[in-house]
Amino acid sequence: MRCLRTLLSVALAAATSLSAAQTSSLRIPPRVEAGTSFSIETRGSGAAVLYIVGPADVLRRNVQLGESIAFGPDDLHNAGHYSAFLRGGSASESVQFDVVPSHQPETLSFLAKPSRLPVDLSGGISGVVYIFDAFRNLIIQPQQVSFVLSVSDTPPQTRTVTSHEGVAWVKMNSASRAGLANFQATAGNVEEKRIIQQVAGNPCRLRMNARNSGARVALETDPVRDCSGNPVPDGTIVTFTETYAGNQSTVDVPLKRGVAKTELPAHKGALISVATGVVLGNEIRLSGGQ
Amino acid sequence: MMKAMRTLKPLFLAPLLLTTLLVPGADKPSVRVGSMDSVGPRAVEKQTQLSIVRDYLLAWQSLARALAQNRPASLDDSFTGIARDKLADTIREQSKLGFQTHYRDTTHNLQVIFYSPEGLSIQLLDDVEYDIELYEKGKLLGTQHVRSRYLSVLTPTESKWKVRIFEAQPLEQRLAKGDQRLHERKHQSYPWGFAA
Repeated sequence: MRCLRTLLSVALAAATSLSAAQTSSLRIPPRVEAGTSFSIETRGSGAAVLYIVGPADVLRRNVQLGESIAFGPDDLHNAGHYSAFLRGGSASESVQFDVVPSHQPETLSFLAKPSRLPVDLSGGISGVVYIFDAFRNLIIQPQQVSFVLSVSDTPPQTRTVTSHEGVAWVKMNSASRAGLANFQATAGNVEEKRIIQQVAGNPCRLRMNARNSGARVALETDPVRDCSGNPVPDGTIVTFTETYAGNQSTVDVPLKRGVAKTELPAHKGALISVATGVVLGNEIRLSGGQ
Repeated sequence: MMKAMRTLKPLFLAPLLLTTLLVPGADKPSVRVGSMDSVGPRAVEKQTQLSIVRDYLLAWQSLARALAQNRPASLDDSFTGIARDKLADTIREQSKLGFQTHYRDTTHNLQVIFYSPEGLSIQLLDDVEYDIELYEKGKLLGTQHVRSRYLSVLTPTESKWKVRIFEAQPLEQRLAKGDQRLHERKHQSYPWGFAA
């Protein structure tokens, strides 16, 4: 008799447990890709309310327990961790699930720095790319990102990088030729371009010529270039210095069309020198002619 | 603020890989911060280390306040860009649907994983635990304890770092990725970047 009672109570407990499991079940896929349809299965009977909450999005649906709840591609598209609460009817349950980003890049956030730099600078240009899907979710799955830096008439530099946690970065050298450089990042079918201005570096050599002009001497430099042969920008200051009888006089002249010109008094025996930046040019001693 | 800074300071002076910080007070989360000594490609200066952690934790407070009160404006101090837009949309939707969510973060385990070469973005992972409470018309409908990993990107503004990207990752994925990352780091410092 005692044995039969025990058996009955075990059977009753099992039946109760099974009933509870059946009536309070909320079946959600543990992971949903952003922008895809999915459905949530419910069990039980009666009307209830389903709340889906997370920092990234919230939803509230009146549901009929025992029916499937369908969600369209636009219903829950922000990647994140979500909590679902089912309240009302014969059910009271909560579960958690994730919405993950789509694998297809849609936009790139491409930061290229600096926007202007001298030529021939090793590692002088940095590019950082964050990769997003169509819903502005950061795509954390590794993606191949190619960076191309090109200046006209020179071979482009190319680097391919695998993104990590949604970001890929690169450092590249500025080209030896001055001018506008196209800096392009590509992931999947998406590309972003930035323009970087590469300017001539510091003057490399400096040479002036003198021409007698009556009581004055006319001075003119050769075209001033950097060490890669790029013309140094107009406006760069060139300093002419004349030393005569213990006195010194200087003239600062900006480059115009690549050269600097000036006139100084033509004192016999005077020494004239020229300099720009840290570069010292040739010297000329005036001796009647030159 | 200064008190929080003082509390955090010893954390970065310790030469340990991971340092534990137990902020006093029942409502304050416990915070662990991984070493930032080998974060690249740009070195994270001590002052930046302190600022990042301080501003990120403040962002969680802003988030909790904004979602509890359904006030998007509370986000402005700590969030910007995509993160701000999405959180504000969530709050507006909550408000429209007539409920609130209360977030109480209890544990943060922070690891900075990327600091961009020009210093304009910093990326961190946070293994976070928090409780979420759902209220409708002032009535508590349910509570959940959540463990998740948040990936955040912060960018500097005039006075502080703001969260620009704020996105949770799935549990299974993070475990697999964690293993992979450890493997990669044995071979090269910055497997996701390429230095010229």
